[in-house]
Amino acid sequence: MSKIGVFICHCGENISATVDVERVAREIGGMEGVAHAIDYKYMCSDPGQTFIKEAVKKYDLDGVVVGACSPRMHEPTFRRACAEAGLNPYLCEMANLREHCSWVHEKGEETTEKAIDLVKMLVEKVKKNNPLESIKVPVTKRALVIGGGIAGIQASLDIANTGHKVILIERDPSIGGHMSQLSETFPTLDCSQCILTPRMVEVAQHPNIKLYTYAELESLEGFIGNFTAKIRLKAKSVNYSTCTGCGACIQKCPVKKIPSEFNAGLGTRTAIYVPFPQAVPNKPVIDRVNCNYYKRGACKICEKTCQVGSIEWDKEDEIISEEVGAVVLATGFDVKGTDFFPEYGYGKYKDVLTGLQFERLASASGPTFGEIRRPSDGAIPKKIVFIACAGSRDPAKGIPYCSKICCMYTAKHAMLYQHKVHDGESTVFYMDIRAGGKNYEEFVRRAIEEDTVNYVRGRVARVYEKNGKLIVKGVDTLLGGEQVEIEADMVVLATAGVANCGSEQLAQKLHVSYDPYHFFAEAHPKLKPVETNTAGIFLAGACQAPKDIPETVGMASGAAVKVAALFSNNELVREPIIAVVNRLAPPLYSTCVGCFMCETACPYNAIEHEEIKARDGSLIRTIARVNSGLCQGCGTCVAFCRSKSIDIQGYTNEQVYAEVMSLLND
Amino acid sequence: MKIGFYPGCSLTGSSREYNESVVAIAKVLDIELTEINDWNCCGATAAHSMNEELSMSLPARIMAMAEKQGLTEVVVPCAACYNRLKVTQHDLKDETKRKRVSEILQLPYDGSIEIINVLQMLEKYGAENIKAKVTQPFAHKVACYYGCLLVRPHSILQFDRVEDPQSMDELIKVVGGTTIDWAFKTECCGGGFSVSRTDLVAKLSGNILEDAADRGAEALIVACPMCQSNLDMRRGAINKVIERPSDIPVIYITQAIGLALGIDAKELGLKRHFVTVEL
Repeated sequence: MSKIGVFICHCGENISATVDVERVAREIGGMEGVAHAIDYKYMCSDPGQTFIKEAVKKYDLDGVVVGACSPRMHEPTFRRACAEAGLNPYLCEMANLREHCSWVHEKGEETTEKAIDLVKMLVEKVKKNNPLESIKVPVTKRALVIGGGIAGIQASLDIANTGHKVILIERDPSIGGHMSQLSETFPTLDCSQCILTPRMVEVAQHPNIKLYTYAELESLEGFIGNFTAKIRLKAKSVNYSTCTGCGACIQKCPVKKIPSEFNAGLGTRTAIYVPFPQAVPNKPVIDRVNCNYYKRGACKICEKTCQVGSIEWDKEDEIISEEVGAVVLATGFDVKGTDFFPEYGYGKYKDVLTGLQFERLASASGPTFGEIRRPSDGAIPKKIVFIACAGSRDPAKGIPYCSKICCMYTAKHAMLYQHKVHDGESTVFYMDIRAGGKNYEEFVRRAIEEDTVNYVRGRVARVYEKNGKLIVKGVDTLLGGEQVEIEADMVVLATAGVANCGSEQLAQKLHVSYDPYHFFAEAHPKLKPVETNTAGIFLAGACQAPKDIPETVGMASGAAVKVAALFSNNELVREPIIAVVNRLAPPLYSTCVGCFMCETACPYNAIEHEEIKARDGSLIRTIARVNSGLCQGCGTCVAFCRSKSIDIQGYTNEQVYAEVMSLLND
Repeated sequence: MKIGFYPGCSLTGSSREYNESVVAIAKVLDIELTEINDWNCCGATAAHSMNEELSMSLPARIMAMAEKQGLTEVVVPCAACYNRLKVTQHDLKDETKRKRVSEILQLPYDGSIEIINVLQMLEKYGAENIKAKVTQPFAHKVACYYGCLLVRPHSILQFDRVEDPQSMDELIKVVGGTTIDWAFKTECCGGGFSVSRTDLVAKLSGNILEDAADRGAEALIVACPMCQSNLDMRRGAINKVIERPSDIPVIYITQAIGLALGIDAKELGLKRHFVTVEL
């Protein structure tokens, strides 16, 4: 007969205030197979753990149930305690009496009875538990970082500086991301390029970092510690080993009117181009969609100009394969364009800009060399209106969340405008000012008080053009709902930050989850902010949710530490809560009939085909086998298996059945 | 094509010309309109600000009568009526409210009737037909004015783009007209304040008229009796408050299309306007 020890925790008063813990211990103590049952104020504390360890030895327990908080919180604690006492840790289970009972119910008889039921279920389960061994897998100590913005740059440098190899891939021809497009940064107004470009160079020169620009992830296979990444190196049409980056081809290129992505559409670029002068690598690529030669088969002026013969017309995309042990996703975000806003002109007014476009106007490297000028006629705007929360916090538009960075950058924009146009007048329409962050509130106050930016609390209903002016119609809710009409020369929309294009497809390639807005989902909103639900894949920066530079850098360093911690092991230890296909003695071998329904159901590609062969090598049967490195223990295959041949270790059908029966047998 | 027709009180009173033009073009486009028997007021604009049960019961009775008559689709030309009927239909998806209303009405109501406005009717049953039957292209530059009730609240009506609707513009283009791009398409004309606060109506309608005139519109095209009467009947008051008094006419979309289809101006009720229509 089983000898189960049961330990009921008061969790201070968290459980004991609503559940009669003594009664729970008493009644469970009377259950068949329970050798020992006690309650204690803090079971997770050192004395509490000692009770468990001593009981394991004293009563020679073959199972332990701790009735306490969520297993997410303390299961590792109690399993470790059991292991130290010599009991297989997987023979220890937790009944969640806090989140599932005391926190959600009123004090009373029924609450205590529910607590008893919860513990009883686990007692019945633990009787059927088998000792399990954790799984060991080897680790490839090389990281793949996807995205070369500030998040990817920081994560790459941090990982590289721990001595591990990094492969950094970037979709665009240069690393730098959105941060390289910014003029100054809040709350210090230091120049974005000045703090970023040295890091870009460091990435390019770091001996541990292999940089692939103009490259995208094609596929990722494998599991934590053992991924195989297929990377598409898009054809640059320029041989980087011979190109000197002299730029002569760019000057001679006749296709000059392509809207520059770097300048958010405000400037133009050529078909053979370097996105911006400080680009890393500072060598051009040919944009085949716009190049005359690829469009019409004639031109080749760049080839004639090139002194070193670096143009490669027939170069094709190349797919390379890299083995990596961890992946950091740092693919950043995008901003909604002005065309998203019907009430602000559907993008048809040239002088209605996004915040990112204003950054380019204010930037020394921008199309106006830092002078604030109207895109329509080049005039310096004397009246400018900034509209915060353009799209954000607006469920009607489908973007209910706060984009977080707009309050700050709008204050910065207004400030920069006032610094550059001394007789200018700036107005900010806002919902609330969300300036949570070190020195942030002070920064906004400075805009209002020192730089005399006019802050109006209210929404703008409409912007329309009349006689060369932009008529901004809004409301001032602090002046009793008075209507405000401003004849502005320029309007800047702090448009919502949204998931980067392609994030959904990328998430699917990597088998990581994403939220309804297509931002990648972290494993736990508080305690696992840089992990994903897929082991070995981490998140950094705004691909998880909109965030500012300091937060992005912090998160990137966090992800890097997680990668470094992973690489500090030669082997990885994983929870053995995975699926297994049963194996039986010949002639049965297994109840698996090889239908492979499980293979279609598995979201992690963990089902393999195992050939059972006779001694002479002839094939007897092909059955399913679970790759223990890939399996995440989700259990989908178990539900699909028609012959009940797959079970999740630690959560077998038999165990769950025992739990349910314990409730029905009353 | 046979559909139900709910004229509402405006179409039998102050905007008879809307009724006349709807009926006239429906005839040419082979759309057979069947008026709902014993219809009643939809409750706009007083009921929905005074009494919730009354505001739902009045439109519900109209729809219940239509159901009784075996209609499945009803065209409602008046924007206010259209709005009230659609909103009621939405509200009555609530089981409790629906029961209460049926109890008040002593009539079964199942909410199955498709309520459409005139623009939707023309898009659905006329678009191709109209193009083929244009005899005198409506070669004018006009401002399509939608008002507030036709497109709002978008979550319930689900009709056109809420801030910059296009359906009327498209119809005008079909009959050979051009439309201006302007920002007052859905601004308020003053609505039901026509009698009590004529000064407000003059100001609000004035803004609309002024912008349309400034951008070179020869006429305002509307699909709402309230908008039409404010912009047309109150022209005297409007012209007193705007900088540049204007005599551009305000006609219904059905009248504009009627002209293009070669229907006589009198049959379209074009002689009934306060501001003379010379198009």
